[in-house]
Amino acid sequence: MELQTLTYIVVGMTFALYLGIAFWARAGSTKEFYVAGGGVHPVLNGMATGADWMSAASFIGMAGLIAFYGYGGSVFLMGWTGGYVLLALLLAPYLRKFGKFTVPEFIGDRFYSKTARIVAVICLIVASVTYVIGQMKGIGVAFSRFLEVQYEVGLLVGMTIVFFYSVMGGMKGITYTQIAQYVVLIFAYTIPAVFISLNLTGNPIPQLGLGSTLIGSETFLLDRLDQIVTELGWAEYSTQTRLSTTNMVAYTLSLMIGTAGLPHVIIRFFTVPKVKDARTSAGWALVFIAILYTTAPAVAAMARLNLINTMQPPAAEENLAYDERPDWFKNWETTGLLKFEDKNGDGRIQYEADATKNELVKVDRDIMVLANPEIAKLPNWVIALVAAGGLAAALSTAAGLLLAIASAISHDLLKGVLKPDITEKQELRASRIAMAGAIMFAGYLGFNPPDFAAGTVALAFGLAASSIFPALMMGIFSKKMNREGAIAGMIAGLSVTLFYVFQHKGIMFIASTSFLGDLPNNWFLGIEPNAFGAIGALVNFGVALIVYRMYGEAPKEVQDMVEHIRIPAGAGQASDH
Amino acid sequence: MSKNNAYWSANVSLMIKLLVVWFAVSFGCGILLVDVLNNIQIGGYKLGFWFAQQGAIYTFVVLIFIYAKKMAALDIEHGVDE
Repeated sequence: MELQTLTYIVVGMTFALYLGIAFWARAGSTKEFYVAGGGVHPVLNGMATGADWMSAASFIGMAGLIAFYGYGGSVFLMGWTGGYVLLALLLAPYLRKFGKFTVPEFIGDRFYSKTARIVAVICLIVASVTYVIGQMKGIGVAFSRFLEVQYEVGLLVGMTIVFFYSVMGGMKGITYTQIAQYVVLIFAYTIPAVFISLNLTGNPIPQLGLGSTLIGSETFLLDRLDQIVTELGWAEYSTQTRLSTTNMVAYTLSLMIGTAGLPHVIIRFFTVPKVKDARTSAGWALVFIAILYTTAPAVAAMARLNLINTMQPPAAEENLAYDERPDWFKNWETTGLLKFEDKNGDGRIQYEADATKNELVKVDRDIMVLANPEIAKLPNWVIALVAAGGLAAALSTAAGLLLAIASAISHDLLKGVLKPDITEKQELRASRIAMAGAIMFAGYLGFNPPDFAAGTVALAFGLAASSIFPALMMGIFSKKMNREGAIAGMIAGLSVTLFYVFQHKGIMFIASTSFLGDLPNNWFLGIEPNAFGAIGALVNFGVALIVYRMYGEAPKEVQDMVEHIRIPAGAGQASDH
Repeated sequence: MSKNNAYWSANVSLMIKLLVVWFAVSFGCGILLVDVLNNIQIGGYKLGFWFAQQGAIYTFVVLIFIYAKKMAALDIEHGVDE
């Protein structure tokens, strides 16, 4: 069957499944809307968290970036998994014990201050909206390829679908849909990887294939890759550092603590029955995430090898002729994300590091995973499955994030502070309006994303790392931390990170307004903006400690509350009161 | 409250031990010591590269389950389980 038809069928079937589940499990009450009624089994919750977590950045973006960063791409692998250790050990059990709906609610109660709650809402919205922009980039890429249209048109179609999909379900619908989406996305990711690993190394397990020799040769895959990329003038794949060791440490740390500070992941742990379940649920979530994350480096290295081998067939004397380019090449040219320019006029494709000779003038990193099965000449049904998987990843995360944004606005800002007498029905309506607003705003900025999907998402993590994580941690581990310290810390952490990001990436990420330019020689300690959350978090902790000393310690009843959340006994279900 | 204090300090000391491992496999083996470890080869993998792209992730999973298991035992031992 023709690829286009097959893709429509597979994507159509998966969408029908999600909508069916969303309808079957639609939310009836605010409690079901925000925390799925608090009764989801830890393994299932882990799976849903996996889908929620693994976004377009993980599925579509990450392997593509690793393919070009090589070893430097490890920051994403370690950063986006290591955060779960922090989450399971430092936050999840206590926040579950606390038993409320949202992260700002915890911060407001722990720091006995409505101001703290409002500041937390602002931090949450800034981080989550940035994250949604990254998703929009991924959604735009996936839809533009799938519908064979320009990136911008693909983005508009994607925005419309996300809108209908997330506004309907609420947490209960989202949780069950995400379980289905996890299954779709993990098959879609691993099946092509198994095929490609078999083709290249004869080993069906990609994690082992990456460490194996190439078929019909004594050379290891990674050694061969190192050799050809260096011959073409790029840095050695298995040792190329992302800028510097300091930058890699900061980048990894920023992603780790950002993971533990992102509200849409944290609220996941409010949906399990017991405190004990919050700990194991984090473990299960990481198991399901690790399946994709340990496959990704294999996908990356093999994609890079296959791409270069397609342009420069190893046995042939000459490079691929442009007129004989494969179909996938033409399809990606339609989207505008892949561009060829015949600089030396020989009608063949030169692909190398030297910018004056390289003729693949644009290879958007975000197309690698989607194009990979086609480059490897896998059967059409596998390619269709990958399209469905990419869309599942993008939709599930966008839905989770939008829910976090919506609950912050309707539950924390409106019901918690501005209009406490609002009815349940009005609260639900307000949260749906907030979702719609967030989609439009993020979609608009998605037309000119600040970075590739994974890079944009990394910025979001930096913002969460510098604002929310330190406040939560101090709230649990320091009984005496007062409201003044926490508020000053959050404001300082968020501002310093935003300021750094804006001065290099442009105000609201619009590049033309960047006043220092995105230039490495202007970077503080050589740390790129995407990695600055780690520094922001340090500033947050530092400022909080200094300000804490200027005011008295937290009141006795707050200290008792902290004592209380430290022990699992007497948790009860997540509730509104 | 002293019963709960004993529980809390047992929890914190377990946490610190596990976080030391967390740091060692990722920032240690995966980044700071990567060049040294890369001299050792396991199959087609340089060891430092393996830690950064595979080994650290496997260790993280194990760490969380160790924590969950030990904490469940601590909860019961100190009579604070649900």
